[in-house]
Amino acid sequence: MSSKAPNYTSTQNACKLCSPLGASLVYKGIKGCIPLIHGSQGCSTYIRRYMISHFREPLDIASTNFHEAAAVMGGAENMKVALDNLIRQYNPEAIGIATTCLSETIGDDINLLVKKYSSSRTEQSLPTLLHCSTPSYSGTHMNGYRLAVLSILKQVCAQSQKEIKLESTGSRKKIGIFPALISPADLRFIKSLVESFSMDAVLVPDYSDTLDGPTWDEYTNMPPGGTSIDEINSLSKADACLELGNPLDNRLSASLYMEEQFGVKAYQQRLPIGIEATDRLIHTLSEISGKKTPASLNQERGRLTDAYIDAHKVCFDKRVLLFGDEELALGLTSFLTEIGAKPVLIATGAVSPLFRETVGSISDMSPDTLIEDEMDFVKMLEMARDLKPDIILGSSKGYYLSRELQIPLVRAGFPIHDRFGGQRLEHLGYHGTLALFDRFVNTLLESKQETEPVGYTYFG
Amino acid sequence: MDGILSKRTGQIFKNGVDTHVLECDKASVAGSVSQRACVFCGSRVVLYPITDALHLIHGPIGCAAYTWDIRGSLSSGSNLNRYSFSTDLREMDVIYGGEKKLYAALNELIEKYKPKATFVYSTCIAGLIGDDIDAICKKIETETGLRTIHVNSEGFKGTKKDGYKAACEALFSLMGKGAPARSAPFTINILGDFNLAGETWIIKEYYKKMGINVQTCLTGDGRIDEISSSHTAQLNVVQCSGSMTFLAKRMKEEYGIPFIRVSYFGLEDMAAALYDVAAFFENQEITARTKALIQNEMSQYYPEITKYRKELSGKKAAIYVGGSFKAFSLVKALRHLGMETALVGSQTGNKDDYEYLKSICTEGTIIVDDTNPVELAKFMKEKKVSLLIGGVKERPIAYKLGVAFCDHNHERKIPLAGFEGMLQFSREVYSSVMSPVWKFTSKREDYHE
Repeated sequence: MSSKAPNYTSTQNACKLCSPLGASLVYKGIKGCIPLIHGSQGCSTYIRRYMISHFREPLDIASTNFHEAAAVMGGAENMKVALDNLIRQYNPEAIGIATTCLSETIGDDINLLVKKYSSSRTEQSLPTLLHCSTPSYSGTHMNGYRLAVLSILKQVCAQSQKEIKLESTGSRKKIGIFPALISPADLRFIKSLVESFSMDAVLVPDYSDTLDGPTWDEYTNMPPGGTSIDEINSLSKADACLELGNPLDNRLSASLYMEEQFGVKAYQQRLPIGIEATDRLIHTLSEISGKKTPASLNQERGRLTDAYIDAHKVCFDKRVLLFGDEELALGLTSFLTEIGAKPVLIATGAVSPLFRETVGSISDMSPDTLIEDEMDFVKMLEMARDLKPDIILGSSKGYYLSRELQIPLVRAGFPIHDRFGGQRLEHLGYHGTLALFDRFVNTLLESKQETEPVGYTYFG
Repeated sequence: MDGILSKRTGQIFKNGVDTHVLECDKASVAGSVSQRACVFCGSRVVLYPITDALHLIHGPIGCAAYTWDIRGSLSSGSNLNRYSFSTDLREMDVIYGGEKKLYAALNELIEKYKPKATFVYSTCIAGLIGDDIDAICKKIETETGLRTIHVNSEGFKGTKKDGYKAACEALFSLMGKGAPARSAPFTINILGDFNLAGETWIIKEYYKKMGINVQTCLTGDGRIDEISSSHTAQLNVVQCSGSMTFLAKRMKEEYGIPFIRVSYFGLEDMAAALYDVAAFFENQEITARTKALIQNEMSQYYPEITKYRKELSGKKAAIYVGGSFKAFSLVKALRHLGMETALVGSQTGNKDDYEYLKSICTEGTIIVDDTNPVELAKFMKEKKVSLLIGGVKERPIAYKLGVAFCDHNHERKIPLAGFEGMLQFSREVYSSVMSPVWKFTSKREDYHE
């Protein structure tokens, strides 16, 4: 399928972020880990600022703070000072290093820098130094996210071959779960879902507490929560690894890596949005655990189906402009097709021919639907003028489209900068889909109420 | 000191107790979670409010994505500045150079959006790969006749302050081109107001009532044509001196325009600003109008502001902002509300600024330069403050400590400048400090007096 999108050299109102952001987010999901960005001060400050408006939590990310000397001589000295200072000030269990376009372009070898540092500090016990290469000119925030997960597994689990830890967990099975970028509320849901099959889940990453915490009794520099290095280490002996919203490019797949390296059975699934996608996840969990689906889940499924039926006419044939990270857009597409809505444009910011292919292969997809990668919001707006969507589904950045087109936006995914509760938005499972469905339907009704002169007080 | 890096101790000062010289104007310590950004950020915030210009960021996507629509600067016309344009450099561009892409991007964007001028911001990468941005800008200027200005803002080449300087150079290069030699009498430029939530409009209204003409505001609700003629004014009135003093000095050297430094925050400083401008022109009518204006505004707002004092009185506050001039005004404004500042600091203050800050703060006040979350949390706890004034990055620290917060950063949506701004400020402080929600935070009692 050829692209129908306008062709520009420049990117105008980007629909993507840079890779160190994704890596930082992953590091926030490791217990006692502080992210360190190897580059200019601005990278870490901008990324913090961007994420704080969504998560509304303390989000410390350190910087090696490059200046001209470092750009010429290399960043080894800055790295050393930064690591020393971070250890002194934060006493972290792990430090998660992400590189930048700057450090990569001058040719800093992060592997070597970390090795050199570790060998110069043999007298003290160091935190685990995680690192990955995330130049901003390569891929999007989701590449950074995937690369960080993969590099953590490579660095942490590889060590377990030398010293295998067998943890006694009784008869309970242990599964590794590698979610795509999802909300802390959705992370909590995944954990409780796995628990309902009497299994232990180890999520990489798990920022459900670190980035959506309660109030604290005492201020702490290291927010509680996250998956510990030991837990990650134990994954080489896990019963299965499940990738939720798996990367379309298998080279970035954490579950396939674990299968290849440690023989842990890999499962890859789309994000469980909608009934069919959730059914598949439940089936997988049932298969891994050897346990029947808990009755409560069947009740939830029934309630979601009931809600679908109640409001099906509101959604039918509604023209939707959907945009987002590849995995989320894919999950939301199957949701939209099963409620009878009609995606007219499905867009992602990443360069991803695989995205077009994969979305295009979803059954029940209308042949008229345009599927585009490498999109920005100006291109989307121009296409939308002809496509005339009724509603937009995506992050808060879609407000730009919503305002220009005078159509409503249903907020989903990351970032949500113009509303409270972005970190608590639910999308996954029967329960999360129901919450999303209600938001979708009610937004359509609200729009009808506002745009028509009648002032309806009943909708069925 | 517990939790404080040895390299940072010189940048922390306990007023009336410590005797060392407060260190400042330094690069941030590696590994310290500085609240500062980079050179690019400094340039971007200063030039952002110029509404009818095209702002193209030459680099990988991050720098542009994180600064899309990021300021609260309002426009009375074009909204072109609210777009985020990037050359979105990829791996191949880094290897083979980004000049062709930059040239093509400029052509297509100028054709599409028809701006009055273009700013091309260089980022870390644009500098490193050696793109000749000056040459491309010159070529575009020759071909389109449109001013195309290279802003030298490579992220790593200094601090945010160097970014301010690069922005000032860019602004200066626009001036003196084909405009009338002299303006009407009593004409000023406003430097360093960014029309956050419409603040420039409030200030312009005051000047109008005084009989003062404002030629240009740099850069709030900015227009390229106005900026080009800003060398015709008789006085530059500089607020946000950290970013704009450099430009004021350049304009003084080149065009002989004197400048004064003012602040529009708080009743005292706002009144002083208007009196100072009136005094410069030595005109009886202007002086009379200024007095009348200030009296009128004071009588309208002072009693309302005073109402908030009763309950806020005796509470302690912390301030951490970008520029030190704002910190001065906030210390004074808080005093109007009966609140003492127990902790104050800035990202970019210089030696003189901190000397002045010491003189207006009470004994025991902690003064910090380029601080970080660990220090902020530690001192806020130690000092048992009830309020933090800062930006979005500082907000969660306050909230997790169970402390009220007032946003005074460049993203704010509520005007805090001018006399009416002081009333808004009082309400902002009051509505957070007095909110009933704090009673649910468990350590509230320990943190507060």
